[in-house]
Amino acid sequence: MEQETTAGEKNSLVIDARDNVGIALTDLKVGDMCLVSIGNKVVQVELRDDVAFGHKFALKTFAKDESVYKYGEEIGKTTSSVPIGSWIHTHNMYCDRGLKE
Amino acid sequence: MTDTFMGYRRENGKVGVRNLIAVIPSVFCSAKVAERIAYQVPGTVPFRHPVGCSQVGEDLEITAKTLIQIGKNPNFAGVVVVGLGCERFSPYELADGIAPTKKMLETVVIQEEGDSLQAIQQGTKLAREMQQKASFQQREEVPISELMIGLNCGGSDMTSGLFANPALGIASDKVVEQGGSSILSELTELLGTEHILARRAMSDSVANEICEVIQKMENRLLQQTKNSSNKNRNHLISKGNYDGGLSSVVEKSLGSMKKSGNAPFSGVIRYGEEPKVKGLHLLDSPGHDGEVTTGQVAAGAQIVVFPTGRGTPTGFPGIPVLKVTGNPKTYTKMKENIDINAGKILTGESTMEEMGEEIYQEILQVASGKTVKAEILGHDEQFCITRVP
Repeated sequence: MEQETTAGEKNSLVIDARDNVGIALTDLKVGDMCLVSIGNKVVQVELRDDVAFGHKFALKTFAKDESVYKYGEEIGKTTSSVPIGSWIHTHNMYCDRGLKE
Repeated sequence: MTDTFMGYRRENGKVGVRNLIAVIPSVFCSAKVAERIAYQVPGTVPFRHPVGCSQVGEDLEITAKTLIQIGKNPNFAGVVVVGLGCERFSPYELADGIAPTKKMLETVVIQEEGDSLQAIQQGTKLAREMQQKASFQQREEVPISELMIGLNCGGSDMTSGLFANPALGIASDKVVEQGGSSILSELTELLGTEHILARRAMSDSVANEICEVIQKMENRLLQQTKNSSNKNRNHLISKGNYDGGLSSVVEKSLGSMKKSGNAPFSGVIRYGEEPKVKGLHLLDSPGHDGEVTTGQVAAGAQIVVFPTGRGTPTGFPGIPVLKVTGNPKTYTKMKENIDINAGKILTGESTMEEMGEEIYQEILQVASGKTVKAEILGHDEQFCITRVP
């Protein structure tokens, strides 16, 4: 769970090497390129949606009901397939904790 | 040698960071009389609340224990208890609960004084005398092991979990490493972190207790959402959390727990009780800001440190609530309410380590008497005792 979070000039960030979402560090627009480090790898992702400051975007293409990882932990599952570079939020992600048995 | 601060040593050995007189109603019926007394005497704080009667069982017991524990908090040099006279939670039981601290203590009962005006007059005289005695007490140098901080975040956005909470975690670890105490809570917003928190427990029994209290809180949420007549009421996080980029309660939880750093958990505290040993604890409370900080102050916390991404002005009567934001825009917008800008990590002006040290040093200064913005502006909204269904 250790993380380097001094953000500086970057427009986006990946918190943990196990994560499959990036975080926007400024208001990003569709078509913006995000260059993020995931562990030792550097990955470039082109955004398919506007992604507001603090929101998440897909680092890979998700199938329906696939786990979304942030902080190296599962934060929910996708409600549909989600292409790489898409905004991920409550419109395409769900979490049952505290809601359904 | 550990770090020290300048505090007020009380009769029972505990140390306060403020030197105030608490005016505590035993029941909601005496709240206005308590407020009028406090209004007349600078250096006193009233504790308005809506409970103390027409309650039964565990719900009334938690109200009783919490009001007693608030009176025992060492930030208060003395307490004036204000009762009505016919309530279920007797003002004399409240005073008897506070008495073992040996602090200054008086009880005023409206139905015994005659009417509300006579009760205000009597209470004002008693509070005035106490305030004068308290004013002569001096601060002395004490080790940081005497300090207990409450951790609570409210109005979170993703900067809370990414910047403000981990920086606070560094500061909390420094307090705990030197023998002090720190309290994490907000169980409704720790769903999904129990396996991580349990790994940090000092013993198997503490690990089991952590999992058990979070499971119980989740069951309560399941019950409430299942029985809801309006499905729009079933959101476990707020609109502002969603707008700030948080998509689920687990995502919020993973950020929330970072306030507690990496220290081991010494125990779990029940609401209205105080920890038996020093160190980091988990308080059994839902995530409502006021219910959390009330439980923490009842446990003995003299300071609350409060990260807020969206920005909230609230404070607690007689307890400094130190506000930290991880969002530089929120800091600029709410400078009059927020004490520390951990958004400097985002803008590259500060590292996480430097920010943790800045928060820690501010905690020491506030413990020695430096006022926080919520105190100066009179914010006292957070006093709110949890209810049990």
